[in-house]
Amino acid sequence: MVNLVKASFIALSVFLVACAAPNKAPQSLYDEIGGKPTVEAITDNFIDEISFNKDIYRYFEKTNITRFREKFIEHLCVNTGGPCTYTGDTMLKVHQGQKINETDFNLTVDLLVSAMKRAGLTYPQQNRVLKVLAPMRGEMLYK
Amino acid sequence: MNNRILKILSVGCCIFATAPSMAADGKILATAGLSQVEGSGGGGLVPWATLAGYDSQDETAASFFMSDVNVSDFRMTSIGVATSFYDRVELSYAQQTFVLPESLISGLSLTSEQIKQDIVGLKVRLYGDAVYSAYPQVSAGLQYKQLDSDTVASKVGAKTDSGTDFYVAATKVHLGAVAGYNLIWNVAARATKANEMGLLGYGGSENNSYQVMMEGSVGLLLSPNWVVGMEYRQKPNNLSIVEDDWTDVFVSYLPNKNVNITAAYVDLGTVATKKDQKGIYLSMTGYLW
Ligand code: HEM
Repeated sequence: MVNLVKASFIALSVFLVACAAPNKAPQSLYDEIGGKPTVEAITDNFIDEISFNKDIYRYFEKTNITRFREKFIEHLCVNTGGPCTYTGDTMLKVHQGQKINETDFNLTVDLLVSAMKRAGLTYPQQNRVLKVLAPMRGEMLYK
Repeated sequence: MNNRILKILSVGCCIFATAPSMAADGKILATAGLSQVEGSGGGGLVPWATLAGYDSQDETAASFFMSDVNVSDFRMTSIGVATSFYDRVELSYAQQTFVLPESLISGLSLTSEQIKQDIVGLKVRLYGDAVYSAYPQVSAGLQYKQLDSDTVASKVGAKTDSGTDFYVAATKVHLGAVAGYNLIWNVAARATKANEMGLLGYGGSENNSYQVMMEGSVGLLLSPNWVVGMEYRQKPNNLSIVEDDWTDVFVSYLPNKNVNITAAYVDLGTVATKKDQKGIYLSMTGYLW
């Protein structure tokens, strides 16, 4: 039995690693989640979530929301492999000086997750969007 | 099944299900992990690099847990508390109660059917964030363990009734790695002299020095609230009686950041001369803040 469990442990690990290898068809994540209308819906939901969350809204009090909406859509589009050009500032430049702490960062991610859920993304799709955004955290936290 | 534990579990669940947002919630759901049988934050059998609470770098967190392992001839319960500070340091305490079968009690002519062990744990996060950093989160820790009595330990040939394990653990969450699902893995290397986690003492006739044992866990987040996975824990063989490696297959339910419940099928192999020790592991963690 120990051997059986050990064997299945190894088999599962190998299977998981094999699945983790990039072998997917070339369709972009952008197209898969539904393209422009979905990215716009996510952004609108995100703005909505932020406006109802006092801990996060305080960061946005002086923000030009029209600009934020436009840049956030472009940013999400480009990073999910869509046909857009990002015309906003770098993540470092925009978030610098805001002293975003880890708690608020993670809370914002939670808001983004609900925005995606409300826009109809499946759990695996939400994870894949987070995967492309996650490496940017270093440019936003405690800057 | 141990009725008392079941009762406590269900009462605990009710309390936590009706008391939303008491816990620190600076971390993403599930990243606080579960409670390890020796009190550290981890999987069920293996300590992880993640700390026990949902604290961010600006928060503290505290949790308590109860675990019950019910295998063919033995039962073990473990209860304890863990606190973590600023996602940097974790302190934990656990008390294990190991209940022996009648055949061993009479065989070894023991006066008590129970072995109790206290474990104080310390863990420090050295590097990274399991979700966000490019490399795995790495922590180092120790578990100081003391048996309440050395009777059984010395009868089976152990050298001492207390010891300290030292470990290094690496944990990584790969977002969307398996068909879009998040994969979590953990590897720990533990320097130890403990026999059956220390319940049968430390060191023995076959070996009385530290040895490094490898431990691992792998899990898949099926949804934000459900995790399935497996664990493996290598064991030393210090005594003349056989000690086998441990494995388990688990499923965890994490409805919110206040509580999680884990059920596992464990295979402990031969324990204290009793072969094929398999059974059910049940555990609950409640987060106080
Ligand atoms: C999840 C990761 C995040 C992404 C991908 C992201 C992305 C963006 C983008 C594309 C913009 C517009 C840039 C521009 O106007 O040129 C922006 C602006 C902004 N972000 Fe983020 N952001 C993230 C997290 C956060 C967090 C955690 C906070 C604060 C808690 C925050 C606060 C802001 C604020 C206040 C602005 C507007 C700045 C201004 O008024 O000019 N962001 N963000």
